[in-house]
Amino acid sequence: MLLIPSIVLYITFNYAPMYGVQIAFRNYSSKLGIVGSKWVGLKHFERFFRSYYASRLIFNTLGIGVYSLLAGFPIPIILAIMMNELRSLRYKKFIQTVTYIPHFLSTVVLVSLINAFMNPKTGLLNMFLIRLGQPSIYFMVEPQYFKSIYVWSGIWQNMGWDSIIYVAALAGIDPTFYEAGRVDGASRWQMLTHITIPCILPTATIMLILRCGHVMGVGFEKIFLMQNDLNMATSDVISTYVYRSGLLNAEYSFSAAVGLFNSVVNCVLLVVVNWITGRLGGTQIF
Amino acid sequence: MAIRETRSDRVFSVVNIILLTILMLIVLYPLVFVISASFSNTASLAAGEVTLLPVRPNLNSYKAVFRDNKIWMGYRNTTFYTILYLAISLTATLVTAYPLSRRDCKGRNVIMVLYTFTMFFSGGIIPTYLVIKNLHMINTVWALVLPGCLSVTNLIITRTYYVNSIPYELQESAMIDGSSNLGTLLRIVLPLSKPIIAVMAVYYGVAMWNSYFSALMYLTDSAKWPLQLVLRDILLSNMITEVTDSTLYTPEQILLYEGMKYALVVVASLPVMCLYPFVQRFFVKGVMIGAIKG
Repeated sequence: MLLIPSIVLYITFNYAPMYGVQIAFRNYSSKLGIVGSKWVGLKHFERFFRSYYASRLIFNTLGIGVYSLLAGFPIPIILAIMMNELRSLRYKKFIQTVTYIPHFLSTVVLVSLINAFMNPKTGLLNMFLIRLGQPSIYFMVEPQYFKSIYVWSGIWQNMGWDSIIYVAALAGIDPTFYEAGRVDGASRWQMLTHITIPCILPTATIMLILRCGHVMGVGFEKIFLMQNDLNMATSDVISTYVYRSGLLNAEYSFSAAVGLFNSVVNCVLLVVVNWITGRLGGTQIF
Repeated sequence: MAIRETRSDRVFSVVNIILLTILMLIVLYPLVFVISASFSNTASLAAGEVTLLPVRPNLNSYKAVFRDNKIWMGYRNTTFYTILYLAISLTATLVTAYPLSRRDCKGRNVIMVLYTFTMFFSGGIIPTYLVIKNLHMINTVWALVLPGCLSVTNLIITRTYYVNSIPYELQESAMIDGSSNLGTLLRIVLPLSKPIIAVMAVYYGVAMWNSYFSALMYLTDSAKWPLQLVLRDILLSNMITEVTDSTLYTPEQILLYEGMKYALVVVASLPVMCLYPFVQRFFVKGVMIGAIKG
C-alpha cells in the first residue's frame, strides 16, 4: 500500500523517540542501550526540581509563553478586522503584501536584525535615543528587556501572516447581515461589535486553543540565538536548557526527563483549555 | 451604497486608515533600512547618517560578502539540501495524502489520529537525537532531510484538497476501467493537483531554506553547513566580543563588518524574497485550505 513509507517514517522519527523517552527513567549509557540501562525511576525528575535552575526555567518558559500569547493573539485579529474595514481594495492588498514579508525571513536573519538595531554604538534604536538626548542602552545584555524584545519582534514578524486566517473568516461572513444592519441604522462601529466580532469568534477560539498548546513550547530556535551569558537570567527556558545539558554535556537521561516534563505540561494545557472552551459553550477541537 | 455615511462612520474610516498606515510603516521601515544600509558607505552608516535612503551608495559591503568563500559554500549546500528535501517531502506528502483522502481506505482515521498526535506530543530533542545517532545519520544530509519530510499540517492540507477538489466519482470510474491505486494517483489525481503541489513546494522549500537547528545538531563538519549556519557564525557568534573587545579588530574591519551584516542579510533572504511576489497567492491559498479543517 501507498501508506507504508509514511508509516515507516513516522515510526522511526516520531514514535521511536517516544519509546526512547523511557531513558528519562533510566541511567542511559550508549553501551547498554535503552532497555539495558538501569531503571532509576523518578531520580532525574527529582534532581531537576531540586536544582537551582528549575524555578527560573519554569518561570521564564511560562512567562515568555504567556506574554507571547497575550500580546500575539489579539493583534492579528485586530489587524484583520482593520483591513476588512478598508474600503480601498488595492490599499488592502498592498498592506497585506507588506505585512506578510517578514514571515519569510529566517530566524537567523531576524535575530541578526534585532542585534543590529539594538547595537549600543551603531544600532538604529540607540541612534534615536542619543538624538533624543538619552543614554544608549545595550538592550541585548539587559535581562529586563529580553522578553519584550522576543515577543514584539515575533509580533512584527508574524502579525500579517497570522491575520490571514481571520481575513479568510471575515470574507466568509454573509453580507446580508451587514445589509440588515445598515437598514436598521447601525453605525460601522456597532456593526463591528455586533456582527463582525461574533462571526469570527469560533475561528478565534480554535486558534486560541492551538496557541495554548504551544505556551510551553516557546520558540526555541529564536531564543537560543538571542541568548548570551548576560541575559541568561530571563532568557533561559526549558528547551534551551535541555539542549545545553543534553547535547553539550551529554547528560542524556537527565535532559530527556526535563524535556518530557515540558511536553507533558504542554499536552495537559492543551486538553485543559480545550475542555474549558467546551464548557463555556464554545468551540472545541476534539 | 444607497445609505449615506454618517459623520461618525467617516471618522471611523479615517482613524482606521491612519492606524493601518502606521502599522504598515512599522513593518516596512526596518526592511527599507536594511536595504539602504547595505548599499551605504560604511563610515556614514556607523555615524548614524543613514535613516531612510542610502548615503553615498557603493557596493563595498556586497563585494566583501562575495569574497567570502564560506558564504558561497553555504549557498551551495543549502541549495542542494533544499532540492533534495523538496523531492523527498513532496513525494512523501502527495503519496501519503492520497490513501488518507479515499473513503474506501480502511483504518485511515486511526492512522490520521496517530499522525496528528505527533503534533502535540513528541519524544523531545534528546531521544530524537539518539535515534538519529543509532541510525548512523549524524553528519549526513539524511539527518536534515528525513525527520521533517512529512509534516502533519501539510499532510492535512493536501488531504483536504484531494477530498474537496477532486471528485471521488472520477477516481471510481478510473478504478472500474482497471486502473491501479498508483495509476489513479499518477494519472487522475496529480494532474488535477497542480495548485496544491505548488503550495507544498513553497512551504517545504522555504522551511528548509530558513532552517538552521537540525544542521546545528547533526552536522559536525563545517564544510557541510547550510547558509543559515554560516550566517549565524558570521553574524551572531562574535557579537559580544565585537562590542566589548575592540582591540581585536582594526577600526576599518569593524566598519566593514557593520556594512557587511546588512548586505549579508539581503543576500541570504534574496532567493525567498524574489520568489515571494509570484508565490504569495499560493501561500495564502495554503492557509485557507488549512483553515477549512478547523
